[in-house]
Amino acid sequence: MRTPLHDWHAGHGARMVDFAGWDMPVQYTTITDEHAAVRTSAGLFDISHMGRLSFGGPGALDLIQHVFSNNAATMKDFQVRYGLVCNEQGGIRDDVLVYRWPYGWAMVVNASNRAKIVAWLEQHRGARDVQTVDQTEATCMIAVQGPKAVGLCRGLTEADPGQLAYYYAAPSRYRGKNCVVSRTGYTGEDGVEIMVGADLAVTLWEDLVARGARPCGLAARDTLRLEAAMPLYGHELGEEIDPFQAGLAWAVKLDKGDFLGRDALLKRKDDPTLRRRVGLALEGKRLAREGASVLKDGREVGKVTSGTFAPTVNKAIAMAYVDPALMEPGTALEVDVRGKAEPATVVPLPFYKRPKS
Amino acid sequence: MDPKSLRYSESHEWASLDGGVCTVGVSQFAVDQLTDVVYIELPSVGDAVQAGKRFGTIESVKAVSDLYAPVDGEVVAVNDALTSDASPVSQDPYGKGWMVKIKAEPGATLDHLKTLEQYQQQIASEGH
Repeated sequence: MRTPLHDWHAGHGARMVDFAGWDMPVQYTTITDEHAAVRTSAGLFDISHMGRLSFGGPGALDLIQHVFSNNAATMKDFQVRYGLVCNEQGGIRDDVLVYRWPYGWAMVVNASNRAKIVAWLEQHRGARDVQTVDQTEATCMIAVQGPKAVGLCRGLTEADPGQLAYYYAAPSRYRGKNCVVSRTGYTGEDGVEIMVGADLAVTLWEDLVARGARPCGLAARDTLRLEAAMPLYGHELGEEIDPFQAGLAWAVKLDKGDFLGRDALLKRKDDPTLRRRVGLALEGKRLAREGASVLKDGREVGKVTSGTFAPTVNKAIAMAYVDPALMEPGTALEVDVRGKAEPATVVPLPFYKRPKS
Repeated sequence: MDPKSLRYSESHEWASLDGGVCTVGVSQFAVDQLTDVVYIELPSVGDAVQAGKRFGTIESVKAVSDLYAPVDGEVVAVNDALTSDASPVSQDPYGKGWMVKIKAEPGATLDHLKTLEQYQQQIASEGH
């Protein structure tokens, strides 16, 4: 599939790769340059491949509560909340953002899980009076991220993104058409995500470029989120991993009432046999890639789920799942990097935290 | 070195043979594809290498790739500076970015490798 910005990317020197069935820009220039643009200025990402679902009808909240690990009932209008969709075994089917509007709800899901989540919602709708609409292909979604992102977007839409609190969103107008401006992101920086009709995608993108935002690809998005220790579905998250293992207990509200996976999560919560997500810092420059074994005294005690050279912190980092007894920061471990054990230390997450402005 | 005078392997190494010593690096195309090179692993002086077999590793933010020797022989010089700072490989792949010098077996040639023109045809057909 192609986003409404596909031809713009291809025509502006982006290398395109398949991501979850979408032909997406992986980089325009170098990963480190694009990464640095987001950390120091403002970067632009086409995230139109992510699934955008809207919910209407009196049963919408009840359906969302049924599938969502966090508590949607305590959200204020215009608030955005992160949480998981779990299977009945407590494993993670997806990690999502839920939006509350005065007139309904919306959910942003991973591109790779869109069909699965749409089917899951239909499967569990029951007798609830709720209509879900998949708006992914009719709209686009553009993330503007970095210390200059919010200022750069000011005046573009009727709503001033500077007036939005973090994890709040506003329905607004862009060039006379409906849009949504959301103070959210996936880079560890301040910024906004803007959703507008597919017909205005290129116009909005070019407006943002003209204001100084630098087009970035998915490769930089990956190194940015990794430094910020944000989990990525298919790597840190999956059907066999529960939110407690992933360090996402804050997004699970076991006391909110029943929801899918809750019974299993109650049992898994303190299970000492389940591996936990940790951050690793490697001493050398050899990179620990996904799938590499984590070792302690020569014995496998875990697996790397993501690893890269982190441009901002300037070292080789990784996220891994390890035995819970070994998750304490400072624990000395090793990673098997192509047959050679490389020293690695458990470090607190995130690897990078943006300076307070 | 002048890219026109070099020979190239399908796996994107370049080679030049002078007085029985073969100098090896990677092509501009390879570094353009890799971008963001972070680490290079090279053999030691005295190591034996075999044509078509791995002699080192080049690692970028994106991926790790093996480096393949163009000829049989013994490593007689290594560009050790690259192991602490890999940037010359990206900035000057045919000059300061050279990687190893291999003392080739007597009578060795680079005839099995591609000319620049043949290599450019290969790149074009890879569709980048």
